[in-house]
Amino acid sequence: MDDTPTAPDVIRGEAATTVDRPLARVPLVLNRRNFSWITERISGVVEDRAPRWWWVCFTITASIAMFGLFCLGYQISTGVGVWGNNVPVGWAWDITNFVFWIGIGHAGTLISAILYLLRQKWRTSINRSAEAMTLFAVMCAAIFPGIHVGRVWMAWYLAPIPNNYGIWQNFRSPLMWDVFAVSTYFTVSVLFWYTGLIPDLATLRDRATTKIKKFLFGVFACGWRGSNRNWRHYEMAYLLLAGLSTPLVLSVHSVVSFDFASSILPTWHTTIFPPYFVAGAIFGGFAMVLTLLIPARSIFKLHDIITPQHIDKMAKIILLTGSFVTYAYGMEFFVAWYSGNSWERFAFWNRILGPYWWYWWTGMLFCNVLSPQLFWFRWCRRNILVVYFVCMCVNAGMWFERFIIIVGGLHRDFLPSSWGLFIPTWVDIWTFIGTLGIFTSLFLLFIRFLPMIAMSEVKIVLPEADPHAHGPMDHHPVQAGGMERT
Amino acid sequence: MRTPYGHEVYAMAAEYPSAPALYEAAKMVRDAGFKRWDVHSPFPIHGMDDAMGLGKSWLSAVVLIGGILGISTAMFIEFGSSWGLYPLIVHGKPYDWKVVPAFFPIMFELTVLFSAFAAFFAVLIMNGLPRPHHPIFNWDRFARASNDGFFLVIEARDPRFTEVEARELLERSGGQHITIVHED
Repeated sequence: MDDTPTAPDVIRGEAATTVDRPLARVPLVLNRRNFSWITERISGVVEDRAPRWWWVCFTITASIAMFGLFCLGYQISTGVGVWGNNVPVGWAWDITNFVFWIGIGHAGTLISAILYLLRQKWRTSINRSAEAMTLFAVMCAAIFPGIHVGRVWMAWYLAPIPNNYGIWQNFRSPLMWDVFAVSTYFTVSVLFWYTGLIPDLATLRDRATTKIKKFLFGVFACGWRGSNRNWRHYEMAYLLLAGLSTPLVLSVHSVVSFDFASSILPTWHTTIFPPYFVAGAIFGGFAMVLTLLIPARSIFKLHDIITPQHIDKMAKIILLTGSFVTYAYGMEFFVAWYSGNSWERFAFWNRILGPYWWYWWTGMLFCNVLSPQLFWFRWCRRNILVVYFVCMCVNAGMWFERFIIIVGGLHRDFLPSSWGLFIPTWVDIWTFIGTLGIFTSLFLLFIRFLPMIAMSEVKIVLPEADPHAHGPMDHHPVQAGGMERT
Repeated sequence: MRTPYGHEVYAMAAEYPSAPALYEAAKMVRDAGFKRWDVHSPFPIHGMDDAMGLGKSWLSAVVLIGGILGISTAMFIEFGSSWGLYPLIVHGKPYDWKVVPAFFPIMFELTVLFSAFAAFFAVLIMNGLPRPHHPIFNWDRFARASNDGFFLVIEARDPRFTEVEARELLERSGGQHITIVHED
C-alpha cells in the first residue's frame, strides 16, 4: 500500500481502536467534511441551475444521439444492407458494438456489487454513477442485437411467448442464453440502482423547494424516512442484491463469449473466452468510469469525495485486469502454436500480419497491453492527465479488441475463395457514434436530475458515523460515558 | 391520547447530536422495555440493530423463495417444453440427460432475476413502503433525518408509553428538542 498517512488526515478513531494496524489509513473523504457538507455539495449539483457548459455538451451529444436514431430508423426501414456486413463478414460493427457496450457496463456492477461484498468502502464515492453508466451502456448494447436481426418487429420471437405460429425457442442456443443473460442483467441492475437511490431521493424530497419536485421525489422516494427498522431490511436487501449481482455479472460476459466459443471458427472456438471476456469487460468498464468521473469531479468540485486515492485504486484495477487480458492474449497465441492446428496457427499469424494488422498493433498491443503498464508507477496513477490518456487508450483498445475477435475470425476462414474484407458504411459508423451520443446524453441527464454520488453511503465512511468512535470529534462533540462497546 | 388542543398524539420524539449519542440512547430505550419505537438516521448505523434489540432481518427467506420460484420457472419452460409440450429438434440433437447442462445458463439467470425481484419487493413490503404520508413528517425538524439529523421516536401506541416517562427517558438519554408529534 502506498497510502502513506499525512498527519492531519489520520482517522483518529480507527487508529486508536486497531492497535494491530501500525499505519492509520488516509480517510476516504478529505478535509474532514461533515454530513451536511456532503448533502449540500451533492444535492447542489441537482438543485442549482444547469451550468452553461451542460447545455453546450447536452446539445452536442443529443444531436449526435438524434442522428444515431435516424441511422437506426434508416437501417430498419431499408434493411441490413445499409451496413457493410456481407459474406464472409456477417457479424461486424453491430456485434462489436454490442460486446463493447455490454462490457462497459460490467465495471458498474463490479463496483456496486463485488466491491461491496469485499467491504471496499472507497466504492461509495463512485458506485452510483458507475451503476448509472452500467444501465446506459446496457441500453446502448441492447440496440445492436435487436436491429441486427434485420426484421426488428420480429424480435419478440426471442422471448418464450406461447403463440400459434409453431415457434418455440431453442434453449440450448448460446444466443438464447444471451437474451436471458442481458435482459436479467439490465433488470437486476435497475433494481439494485433504484434500491440504492431511495434514501438519496428522500434527501432531495426533504430539500425540494417546488411542489413538482417535492411530488416527484416524494413518489420515487416511496416515503423513505430513514427508520432503523427499515434500514435493517434495506441493508439485507442490498447485501442480497449485491450477492446476486456478483455471479450475474460474471455470467453475462461469459454467456456473451459463448456466442463465439461455441462456434467452430478458429480464434473463436476457445475455452479461455469466458474469463478473458469478463476480465476485458471490467478492464474497459473501469476506463469508462474514469473517463466520465474525472471531468465530473473537476466540474462539480468533488475532489474531497472522489479523491486521488479513489483514482489510484481504480488505476490499480485497470492494471490488474489489463494483466489478465494480456495473459489471455499471450495464451491465445501459445495455444494456437501448441495445438498444432494449422487453421488456428494461420488465424493468429493473420491477426498480427494480415490485412487488419494495425488493429492488433495499435488496439490490442499498444492500447490494451502496453498503455496500462504505466500504472505500475505511483506518479502515473496520481497524474490525472496520464490516467486520462490511459483510459482513452483502453476505451479505444477494447473496441478494437472486439473488432479483431469478430471480424478477424470471419474475414479469412477455411476456404480462401470466400475470403473478403469488411468495409464499414456511413450508417455503420454513425450508428456507433450515435450510441456514444445516447450514452453521454443519458449520463448528462442523470447528473442533472439524480444525485450522482450515493450520499447515504458516503456518510457511512465518515469517522463520526461510527457509533463506537473514540477520541474527540470535530463536528459533533460526543459526551463521554457512551463509549463502551456492546 | 390527545393534546389539550385536540390533536391525536403520534409519538414523543427527540433529536440527538450524533450517531454515537443516538446509539447509546437506543440502548437505554431498549432496556427501559419499550416496544413501539424507532430511530431515524441519514444512513444505517453500524450495530444499531443490536442496540434496538432487533434480530436479523428475515428478508433473506423471501429471497430464497424467489430464487426457488425462478429456478422452477426455468426448469418448467425448458424441461417441460423440451420433453413434453413442444420437443424441438435442432441440429439433429435429441433430448436426453446429456443436454441438461445446456439448460443451466437460463436456469441460473431466472434464479437471479426472480430473487432480485423478491428482494426489491420484499424490502418495500416489509417496510410498509411506499407510504408518502407519515405522522413523523409533521415535525418540521424531521426533514434533517435525511441530511444530518439523528432522531429517536417513541410511539404513543406503546403500552408502556406515558408522556412523563417518555419525556424523562429522552431527556436522560441526551435528547434535544424533545417534542410531541401529532398524528394529523
